[in-house]
Amino acid sequence: MSWEVVIGLEIHAQLTTKSKIFSGASTAYGAAPNTQACPIDLGMPGMLPVLNQAVIGKSIILGLALDAEIGKRSVFDRKNYFYPDLPKGYQTSQFEFPIVGQGKLEIELEDGSKKVIGVTRAHLEEDAGKSVHGLVPGQTGVDLNRSGTPLLEIVSDPDMSSAKEAVAYAKKMHELVQYLGICDGNMQEGSFRVDSNVSVRRPGEPLGTRAELKNINSFRFIEKAIEIEIERQIELIEGGGTVVQETRLYDADNNTTRSMRTKEDANDYRYFPCPDLLPIIITDEEIEAIRATLPELPDAKRIRFVSEFGLSEYDASVLTSSRAMAEFFEKVVELTEAKDIKLCANWMTSGFSAALNRDSLSVEQSPVSAEGLAGMILRILDNSISGKIAKQVFEAMWNGEGSADEIIDVKGLKQITDTGAIESLVDDVLANNPEQVEAYKAGQTKMLGYFVGQIMKASGGQANPGQVNKMLVSKLK
Amino acid sequence: MMHNLTIKQMSEKLRAGEFTSVQLTQHYLDRIDQYDAELNAYITVTPELAISMAEEADRRIAAGEAELLTGIPVAHKDIFCTDGVKTSCASKMLDNFIAPYDANVVSLLKKVGMPILGKTNMDEFAMGSSSESSYYGPTKNPWDHKAVPGGSSGGAAAVIAAGLAPMATGTDTGGSIRQPAAFCGITGIKPTYGAVSRFGIIAYASSFDQAGPMTRSAEDSAWMLNAMAGFDERDSTSLERETPDYTAELDRSLKGLKVGVPAEYFGEGLDPEVSNIVKAAIDEVKKLGAEVVEVHLPNKALAVPSYYVLAPAEASSNLSRFDGVRFGYRCEQPKDLEDLYKRSRSEGFGEEVKRRIMVGAYALSAGYYDAYYLKAQKLRRMVRDDFIKAFESCDVIMGPVAPTTAFNIGEKSDDQVSMYLSDLYTIPVNLAGLPALSVPAGFAQERPVGLHIVGPYFSEAKLLNIGHQFQQVTDWHTKMPAQYQ
Repeated sequence: MSWEVVIGLEIHAQLTTKSKIFSGASTAYGAAPNTQACPIDLGMPGMLPVLNQAVIGKSIILGLALDAEIGKRSVFDRKNYFYPDLPKGYQTSQFEFPIVGQGKLEIELEDGSKKVIGVTRAHLEEDAGKSVHGLVPGQTGVDLNRSGTPLLEIVSDPDMSSAKEAVAYAKKMHELVQYLGICDGNMQEGSFRVDSNVSVRRPGEPLGTRAELKNINSFRFIEKAIEIEIERQIELIEGGGTVVQETRLYDADNNTTRSMRTKEDANDYRYFPCPDLLPIIITDEEIEAIRATLPELPDAKRIRFVSEFGLSEYDASVLTSSRAMAEFFEKVVELTEAKDIKLCANWMTSGFSAALNRDSLSVEQSPVSAEGLAGMILRILDNSISGKIAKQVFEAMWNGEGSADEIIDVKGLKQITDTGAIESLVDDVLANNPEQVEAYKAGQTKMLGYFVGQIMKASGGQANPGQVNKMLVSKLK
Repeated sequence: MMHNLTIKQMSEKLRAGEFTSVQLTQHYLDRIDQYDAELNAYITVTPELAISMAEEADRRIAAGEAELLTGIPVAHKDIFCTDGVKTSCASKMLDNFIAPYDANVVSLLKKVGMPILGKTNMDEFAMGSSSESSYYGPTKNPWDHKAVPGGSSGGAAAVIAAGLAPMATGTDTGGSIRQPAAFCGITGIKPTYGAVSRFGIIAYASSFDQAGPMTRSAEDSAWMLNAMAGFDERDSTSLERETPDYTAELDRSLKGLKVGVPAEYFGEGLDPEVSNIVKAAIDEVKKLGAEVVEVHLPNKALAVPSYYVLAPAEASSNLSRFDGVRFGYRCEQPKDLEDLYKRSRSEGFGEEVKRRIMVGAYALSAGYYDAYYLKAQKLRRMVRDDFIKAFESCDVIMGPVAPTTAFNIGEKSDDQVSMYLSDLYTIPVNLAGLPALSVPAGFAQERPVGLHIVGPYFSEAKLLNIGHQFQQVTDWHTKMPAQYQ
């Protein structure tokens, strides 16, 4: 008998603000413990929260991108529980009235079909600090640098029915928040965290008991963890057992999940509206003003790249994989006056992307700017350099040796287009290879490639291949 | 004697060079030395800080850079965080807590140049109506050492009544400025919620807590409120509006003032002598040209039950930060994390604080939230709406501050409900967030009685005007217990 899998995701996206959600302390990652925690973050007596207004627009823009209802009156609540990394004894969050209500996100499945995943809500909350084990021998330390970091918790409907769908949704959301510029998406630093609620049931039966998989910091492990959890639940039920509601941790080394805490340990959070903060009131005018800043979203961009630029679906999807990549590409196209968009796309998807991958850099960190790459492509287009020489020029640019023009000039890479110079190169090669010339004349026309290779070699790759070809053909007649 | 002067007189004499701020401050420090061992009104006295601030004030006065309050000492309730000074909230939990920052009120008054005499005693975490729940022992009422000074700002009221400070800060969550002011025969005003910043005031019930001045006279309070009030971006519930001059209306005539007197305020439970004194005080206001109209506050009885759900609910959450982890009391040798929490909190908090945390946590817990917390919020709105309706037919409402005069120490400490009910006149005002003034109106059995004047939002200047005019024709506010004169 078959099983149906039901998955819902809770994604915590850290909003890109300089300071914390309720204090002026910095949110920068990686500082020495407790150096970025002010008295408000430490929950000191008499301290009061003041909302960082920047989080409002960043939340609403996601709501608009998800075609969601915007909470025109959203309220901060206190979620009360004791833990050493929670200085106030409560987390300030949103419970009954979140800033973003029901929305949706379309994902593409492996077979190319589309599926719409519901987004239940997205609410603002503050992050907790973290317990540090091992730094102080025999004791647990608390680092409150992260305490008060602004998070947007994005809760999906339980609409996904496989690990692959769940990962497709998570990746899509990951791409979207970065496109919108509201989250840097860095999973290693915890800026984008995915918790998966997984349950199984027989078709037609009510929802099964779910287990929550927490704190998994890569898409690959999310997929594996969900798959292993589905297997575990099915085996458990088929073996006569029952699934208990619990939080489970994924152990990547052994590819298993294990129980972290069960529902019996669950707190009664005693939510109530935070009396220190006023409700956030959003007007229609404010929503429309934010809508006007909404960038072109990945799907729309992809479609436009195919229709407007004539790119393949594949190229379009690589070039829209991040907003930075897409903007870089569009800039290169613009600077080269769209003379050869396909050439621009090829350089982006091959040479440029390969160099980024090789050096583990993001588009933003690229040593070659859009202006730089465009400058080089222009030299290809005006026949100053060949595609082959261009690779050499690009590497030199990547190594910081200057602009394409400077490199071509300094290294003397300019293509030989002078007819006299090419003619003497051709004559030399033909004179030195009489046997091959005979063979060609006897009908072995593929020898032409051999001659071209020899001539290019003799010219240090700088001879214009088109001219060489043309001259060879006429000389060999 | 210096301690019998009004603030304005003190200020004039300071500027005229009749005495210096150091002399004035030393005078109060000497009196504290002489009297406070018996009264127990201060938790901490800060003579060195006071004198160094007084010296600085004298320099400003000499340089002609003084404001009206420059050089006049002040005592802060021990709920206001004070940089470098122990701020205990009268709790064992914070007996070792030295605040690393100033509350907004403290920094405003520092800026004006008011030397800090010390930190006054109070009910632990401001939870109480008698100042008996202090970890440092009860404060005595200067008028009768057998009596409580009221609470929670009992220490502040006592230091004003006994002349151990010319001005004091207080906070009022359910009557904690007005009731002790009434019990000690001084003047105190609770401003509109949001008029004075809560930043740096250790929170009891955030949606009710409001700081205000406690002084001898309404005029003194007006000067002090000028220095305390104002928008503070560090408190999100602080009101973003221009701070008025609270002294501007002091001298206005009360002709044509419509005084609402709710029949409900003079019913069962009100001590007949207190009732007569309050009625006589209202007659006095009438003689000044006011007109008395009857108003109704039908939901008055709902206020105390509503308050004792909402305030503990907020407190249960506000006091969670006292967990023994980062500051304050930590139990000896905790065997694990849970033990650390349980024993630090059980040993660090007193009985009344623990009672309110339990009540509040219960009211917020799953399954009870609707029946208690939400219901109480509804009652809160009904109580507020009563006032708004009443103010359609009157300018201010007058009545008693408390149903009796100061009760004896120990008299109600075993009967919480009776203690809670003693706040029935003050609590509705906090539920509605309105401003209200308590002024001395006479004595019953040689213990002071206060007149309660409640106004619409932002009517502080009007309330102080009425108080001041009343104090022009009465002398209750000038009286001091014989032994402290």
